[in-house]
Formats: sequence, C-alpha cells, structure tokens
Amino acid sequence: MATVETRDIKKHFGDVKAVDGVDLSVNEGEFLVFLGPSGCGKTTLLRMIAGLETQTSGDILIGGQVVNDLPPRARKIAMVFQSYALYPHMTVYKNIAFPLKAQGFPGEQIPAKVEWAASTFGIGKLLHRKPRELSGGERQRVALARAVVREPSVFLLDEPLSNLDAKLRTSARDELQQFQRRIGTTTIYVTHDQVEAMGLGDRIAVMSGGKVRQLGSPQEVYNEPADTFVAGFLGSPPMNLFERDDYIAGFRPETFLPVGLHDTSEPLVTLWAKIHRVEHLGADRLLYGTMRDTFPNEKVIINIPFTVEMSITPGETYEFAVKEKDIKFFDQATGLRTEPRRFWEKRS
Amino acid sequence: MIPQTQRFADNERWLGRVMIAPAIVYIVALVGFPFFLALFYSVSNITVASQEMSFLGLDNFRHLLSNRTFLRALRNTFVFAFASQVLVLVLAKILALSLLKDFRGKWVVRLLILLPWVAPISLGSIGWLWILDSVYSIINWSCRALGIFGPMTWPIWLGQPTLAMASIITVHVWRLLPLATVILLGGLTSIPQDIHDAAAVDGAGFWRHNFQITIPLVLPIMLVAMLFGVVFAFTDMIVIFVLTRGGPYDTTQVLASLAFFTGIDGGDLGTGAAIALFLFPVLAASAILLLRLARRTEVT
Repeated sequence: MATVETRDIKKHFGDVKAVDGVDLSVNEGEFLVFLGPSGCGKTTLLRMIAGLETQTSGDILIGGQVVNDLPPRARKIAMVFQSYALYPHMTVYKNIAFPLKAQGFPGEQIPAKVEWAASTFGIGKLLHRKPRELSGGERQRVALARAVVREPSVFLLDEPLSNLDAKLRTSARDELQQFQRRIGTTTIYVTHDQVEAMGLGDRIAVMSGGKVRQLGSPQEVYNEPADTFVAGFLGSPPMNLFERDDYIAGFRPETFLPVGLHDTSEPLVTLWAKIHRVEHLGADRLLYGTMRDTFPNEKVIINIPFTVEMSITPGETYEFAVKEKDIKFFDQATGLRTEPRRFWEKRS
Repeated sequence: MIPQTQRFADNERWLGRVMIAPAIVYIVALVGFPFFLALFYSVSNITVASQEMSFLGLDNFRHLLSNRTFLRALRNTFVFAFASQVLVLVLAKILALSLLKDFRGKWVVRLLILLPWVAPISLGSIGWLWILDSVYSIINWSCRALGIFGPMTWPIWLGQPTLAMASIITVHVWRLLPLATVILLGGLTSIPQDIHDAAAVDGAGFWRHNFQITIPLVLPIMLVAMLFGVVFAFTDMIVIFVLTRGGPYDTTQVLASLAFFTGIDGGDLGTGAAIALFLFPVLAASAILLLRLARRTEVT
C-alpha cells in the first residue's frame, strides 16, 4: 500500500496540452477515479503514473518517493488495460506467472501464488487455456489476477470494464469494489462512465482539457459542482443551466418538480415551463420543455420518478418548483461556482 | 429506374473466373509446363542438339550422386541458404526494431534500406562486382589507405574459395534484407501497444520482453518470411551468375547455377533438369512444414 502524489504534472504533445498542471494526492488504500470525456487527459495521466509516458514537467511520488526516473517495473504498480493486454501466446497460468518470473520471484513459490490469484477471481479452472479461448468476462478476471498476483502497492485500472456487456459490467463493478475493499490497495481507476465513477470511487477527480476540474466525493461532485463543466458532465440528463446577464443558474432535472409535489418546509422557487415532449423511461419520466418568464425560451429537462402519477400533456404549461438550496450559480465568464444570486427576490 | 440488363461486373460467377484466369494461365504456362517438361527431361538423355532421345530412368540422378562438382554444389547450396537466412533474420530483426522507434531522419533510413530491393538485381550485383574487383576493389584500397591492410595483404574477394563464398552470401543478404525487414516491421507493428506496456509494467527487461513477448508474437510472420527466404536462396542464381559464375573451380557453385551451366551452357538438358529437380522434394517438404508451423503458432 502506498500514497500517490502528482505535483504540477504536465504532458505536452507539441502544442497539445494533454495534461496541464495536475496536483493530486491519493491516500493510502483509497479508490480514486479519474472521470472525464475522451481526450481529457485522464489516460495520459494514468500512464505517466505508471511510467509508460514521461511527463513534460512536474513530479510523481509513489509512497512518498519521487519516481520520475524509475521505469514502470520499479514503481511497484500493477496495471489493468482496457484491452486487458493478455499475452495471446501464453496460457492463463503463464500470463499470471509472468510478472512473478519477470521480477525474479523464487520459482518454487510461483505455482502457489498463481493458484491463489486465480482462485481469488474464480478462474482456477481456466489455467491451461489460452486467452482466445476465454469470454470477455473471463479475460478481464485473468487481467485482474495478473495484476494482483505480485501484490503491488498501487493498482492502476484503465477502463477495465468498458469491453464488457452492460449486465456483466454491473456485477464486475460490484466484485471489483468488494475486492478492493478487502485487500485495501491504493487504486486509481480511469473511466468516462459516470455511473462507474459514482459507484466505485471514494473520491472522483473530474477532468477536462488536461486539468482536474473538481476533486471530491461522489456526493460532492454531484451535488456541489465546482463549475459548469462538472455540472454539465455529471448526471443523466445533466444539470439544466440558464444564462442570465453575468451569471449562470442551474438545477438538476430531478430537483425541479411540479409545485404540489414538494413536501417540505424549505423555501421554494416556483417557475413556469411549457412541456413539449414526454419520455417514459421505466423508473423515470423525462419532460422536455421551455422555461417561461425568468429564463424565457431556455430549454429545460425535468426528471419525475414514475411513482408520481400526475398526468402531463405535451403542449401545456405547468408550474414547477425547486428548492432554493438546489439552485447553483456560476460565473458567466469563468464558469466557476459563485454566491447565490437571489433572482427570485428581485422579481417580487 | 432499374436497369434491364445485369451488368457483367455484377455476375460474381463469371467475374471471379475472369479475374483468376490470368493467374492460372501464368502458373500453367510459366511454372507448370516447364516443371513437367523438366520432370520429363530429367529421366532422359536429351541434349540441346539431339534429334532423338531415350528413356534413362533414374540414371541421371544416380550419376549425379557420384559427381564431385554436384556434391560440392549441393553442400554450397545448404551453406549459402542457411548462412544467409540466419544473417538476414538477425539483421532484419535488429533493423525492424530500430525502425519501430521514432527518430529524426527516419524516412531517409527507410529509403536507404529499401533501395537494394527497388534497384534491379543485376545492377546491384554489378555494383558489387566492382566493389569486390581484384584490382579496383574499393574495400581493399580503403583498407590500405586506412592502414588496416599491410603492404602484403590484398584479398581477392571473388578469387579465393572461402572469400568468394562469403562475398556471395554478403551480397545475397544485402539483397534480401529490405524485404525481410519490411515483413518483420509489419509483424512488429501489428502487436498492440498495450501488450508492450503490460510487459513493461509486469517487469520484463529488454531480453525477456524480446524473447518471451515480441518474438513469439511475430513468429508466424517470421516463419513465412523465412519460407520465402529459404526457397529464394535455394533456387536463385543471379548473384552467383554475375559475381563468380560458380568459380573459382566451382567452389561457389549452387544447384541452381550448376543446373544452368550444365543444362543451358553445357547443352546437357537431361542432367541439368535432374540437378534442378534434385531439391524439389526437400523444398516442397520444408514449405509444407513451415506453413503448418506458422499456422499452429498463429495467435489472435
């Protein structure tokens, strides 16, 4: 187990700033997720921590030691790749044993270690098979077993679930988290899937344009987004954002409910919206519409749980309400969070 | 509007036949026919000028086995083929590995490496003929000017049996290297970067990485390259024809050149055909073996 730290780390490919000054510190045993759209620099950052990419400037520390000049094999890390990167010409056994042999592990102890790693992921019966004879889920387990077998101090996972089908992904996510909790190894996990990030991470680093936009617990980044990017990236559908004068106001689709449905003594802000289209998604009902008065003609998406049976007809205008505290404000120029601008008071 | 007539290009049955026809004509006319003619000649006593011929059975082959020139050529063929193959494989692997990395002026190096393949073989060989000339050899004069050769040292590259063989192997390697390099380069670039990254993270050093990951993964392609190389080395004679004509004293004669000199220049078509066909079973067997091996080691 070890901490991982990056200090003002940068990676420039010519004019492209893939990673542009990232300061991070991952605590011992923590599960940290790098979340961002493709091209945001999250994989490059992970590869620099692994030592597969050399940073343009900045320091990387693993376990308090600067590892800038150490090759990947000397960093006591293990990595799982999106493609799993199993050695296609080796059996599962040899794949798992490879890191042990490469690191000069005593030969007579290797079989026991491989058995242990394989049984941890329930692939003990597949040891004699070649990777091409395995299913996607099995390959992913082999990749994990190969990473675990040498008992690294840091796990680096690069979108390890993205090649699995949706159903398998959910169960694999669950297993992965249980496993990480059990062995307590510091883990950095890269994904573009916010559900994975929210579900797995102790903390999430939301990245965009080579920078970390926000670092916080899943609740923090969801409920208290640091800027409009985080607000717009997290949540499905994302936060509704309305530009007005010099600020941007926004609220989550699920906080904006028909006015009678709020069962609270907290102060509410009521707004009118005309509904154009209704989507029934099973657990939720999505309403697409445009705002009236305060934010004229701005598009809005509203998410109502299916338990609300109120009938909504497209073309009609309804009165909705959102709790005052659920409205977030951002600076128009920088996109950063600002103090509340109580627009509803000015109006009255 | 739907066209009333089906166009010829839409008729896959006939289009396929027409497209494959040139290849079949080529193989039948230029490979098949001469091959069967050679089979026929090799069991006869036909000569260039003869009006009639008679059937000899395997006499031609039997005589060859007691012919010292033939045995020497047979040995040379194997030395030539295996020495050049080993050199080509090792050098091509090194070249391909270095071309895999990005560096300034990479395209110039690529061009230089490919040049021997693009230039006509006979032209290149004639260039070598001058480089290895007994009087004007640039190697000898350069070495003397640099003080590497003393006043008494003056190797005759194409005139001394061992040197002549070494020269021929060198030129052959020079010629085959570009193709082998390009084939290997193709094989190397087809290995996903993730596999290399995984090996680096797993702790493999240079040798382990090469011998346990890279080489096993390009092995199928390497075997195919080797198959071409072996067949080429066993059957080709242009380098020898231009440089030494089999000399001195038949010490650089290989089966292909000996067959040519005996059958065409010497006029003894029967013996020439027998020499040419002598290695056919060996080559066919090695081709089948290598192809099966390549298929077995194929990985997905």
